[in-house]
Amino acid sequence: MAVLLLAEVNDGTLAMDATAKAVTAAAKLGDVTVLCAGATCAAAADEAATIDGVAKVLCAEDALYGHRLAEPVAQLVADLAADYDHVVAPATTDAKNILPRVAALLDVMIITDASGVVDADTFERPIYAGNAIQKVKSSDAKKVVSFRTSTFDAAGTGNSATVEKIGAAADPALSEWVEDKVAESDRPELTSAGIVVSGGRGVGSEEDFALIEKLADKLGAAVGASRAAVDSGFAPNDWQVGQTGKVVAPELYIAVGISGAIQHLAGMKDSKIIVAINKDEEAPIFQVADYGLVADLFAAVPELTEKL
Amino acid sequence: MKVLVPVKRVIDYNVKVRVKADGSGVDLANVKMSMNPFDEIAVEEAIRLKEAGKAEEVIAVSIGVKQAQETLRTALAMGADRAILVVAADDVHTDIEPLAVAKILAKVVEEEQPGLVLTGKQAIDNDMNATGQMLSALLGWSQAMYANNIDIEGDHAVVTREVDGGLQTIKVKMPTIISADLRLNEPRYASLPNIMKAKKKPLDEKTAEDYGVDVTPRLQIVETTEPEARQAGEIVPDVDTLVAKLKEKGAV
Ligand SMILES: Cc1cc2nc3c(=O)[nH]c(=O)nc-3n(C[C@H](O)[C@H](O)[C@H](O)COP(=O)(O)OP(=O)(O)OC[C@H]3O[C@@H](n4cnc5c(N)ncnc54)[C@H](O)[C@@H]3O)c2cc1C
Ligand SMILES: Nc1ncnc2c1ncn2[C@@H]1O[C@H](COP(=O)(O)O)[C@@H](O)[C@H]1O
Repeated sequence: MAVLLLAEVNDGTLAMDATAKAVTAAAKLGDVTVLCAGATCAAAADEAATIDGVAKVLCAEDALYGHRLAEPVAQLVADLAADYDHVVAPATTDAKNILPRVAALLDVMIITDASGVVDADTFERPIYAGNAIQKVKSSDAKKVVSFRTSTFDAAGTGNSATVEKIGAAADPALSEWVEDKVAESDRPELTSAGIVVSGGRGVGSEEDFALIEKLADKLGAAVGASRAAVDSGFAPNDWQVGQTGKVVAPELYIAVGISGAIQHLAGMKDSKIIVAINKDEEAPIFQVADYGLVADLFAAVPELTEKL
Repeated sequence: MKVLVPVKRVIDYNVKVRVKADGSGVDLANVKMSMNPFDEIAVEEAIRLKEAGKAEEVIAVSIGVKQAQETLRTALAMGADRAILVVAADDVHTDIEPLAVAKILAKVVEEEQPGLVLTGKQAIDNDMNATGQMLSALLGWSQAMYANNIDIEGDHAVVTREVDGGLQTIKVKMPTIISADLRLNEPRYASLPNIMKAKKKPLDEKTAEDYGVDVTPRLQIVETTEPEARQAGEIVPDVDTLVAKLKEKGAV
């Protein structure tokens, strides 16, 4: 079987972790061809070619793909799909935006956020905020699937697959990019970090979120947040962990001032070790925590930062 | 401009989900159902567009079982002008797939000619996050998913989107499909007088057959299971103990 995998490429750079995890899932289905699309993408394509399990890399370099707008990228992928049995991608916000459009262009259903590959037609995916796992078997001729990266290990590197340049598809001319507001950070990326420290409404203010950030920096961790913390303006939207935010599964997850609503648990309950710091001993977060500390975060977090 | 808002009837987000023992799905008999939270945000945004003079009419549409009428009445009570119910199933456990929903919505769009379709980002039951994108493809329209701000400016809309790296602003041609993310607005509660008024607002009833759309699922549900439960660990007395435990585990 032949698999086309849309790589995550931003500003010419390959998101290695997300792409390599999707390759692991895709390799269970057949020969993997990786598609890199971007205004510049030669470097990304060369890097994708090093991922073990990749048979070939296609590089579509065109200004049209500079900002991963859904309409042109979906058109490109749909045009290429004729030669493949599966069209897949890591379940990033870009792929979640693009792949359902591809599926509808091909008149097939999409399987989003798959957490398991049973066979070429059958996949597992979490539903109801991860409160149930559904196994679905597709009857479509082509399968369009996004993979939840937190459940797959990244494929190794050392490969040297061939890279082929391809032309752009037609421009649907429906949308234009205006601007990106992306915070620069030296911290590890949230979805691939080994340690995540997250703050919730209990942190109380944007200023006090510095407590969470200091602890994270001491540990070389990424910073996450609950929806309530984001809604209240303590933290930016891209830090949200949960059902409708990012899904993380680090070695260590430290939840501070977070009650543990199912929508939050949906994004972190597969973490290896969970630590919860909360002043309310009844907080549901303690039911999933390996280590719980019932304490006021304003005392406990600085002390923890100092003693680590 | 008309605004079409697809609203889905889903399990209330506060309800504890129970997987049926026979593995056929999640138990939805006699549980509290509500409007999908993201769709409340979409309805709110549509009403605000009307209040701002950018839209003339807000039409809510729901596809599923007959009981989705209640969901539509909620949309009407919030301020939608009229509603369309498309009956496509008779068992509350039957979920209509996003592709079929999008095909029905495409027919409704053909009939109603809205300038904007405002969906929710994701239905909190199937967690698909697909319908708006699929509808957009079927219509050949532009799409702006995961909106946290919308400015309609004549023949185009400027939309700021919540993405992995932060925020992205794009400009899309009208007509368009926009999906609402959590921070787009805070939905209003329907007041009692408006709930009463909503009972008199028009609610059309159709069926999937009326639109000639086949809703046979493409994905067969093989089984539904509960995820492995996590065991609660221990409560540590102080920070020193926590640090010692984490070091012992090699976690820090
Ligand atoms: C459609 C939908 C999608 C959602 N998606 C997400 C999602 O993706 N991610 C997400 O996180 N949520 C999501 N939610 C929201 C979720 O339901 C909860 O409302 C949210 O997770 C609560 O955030 P919190 O735990 O920070 O706040 P709260 O529930 O208010 O908890 C705050 C906690 O802080 C503790 N606390 C307060 N002060 C202190 C102190 N000084 N020291 C120690 N502890 C203290 C309190 O005891 C409390 O337990 C979603 C909801 C809906 C409806
Ligand atoms: N059965 C339905 N009836 C009405 N709207 C729906 C239905 N299913 C999905 N939608 C809309 O599509 C959005 C995304 O749903 P989904 O793709 O299922 O996650 C929802 O927030 C609704 O706005």
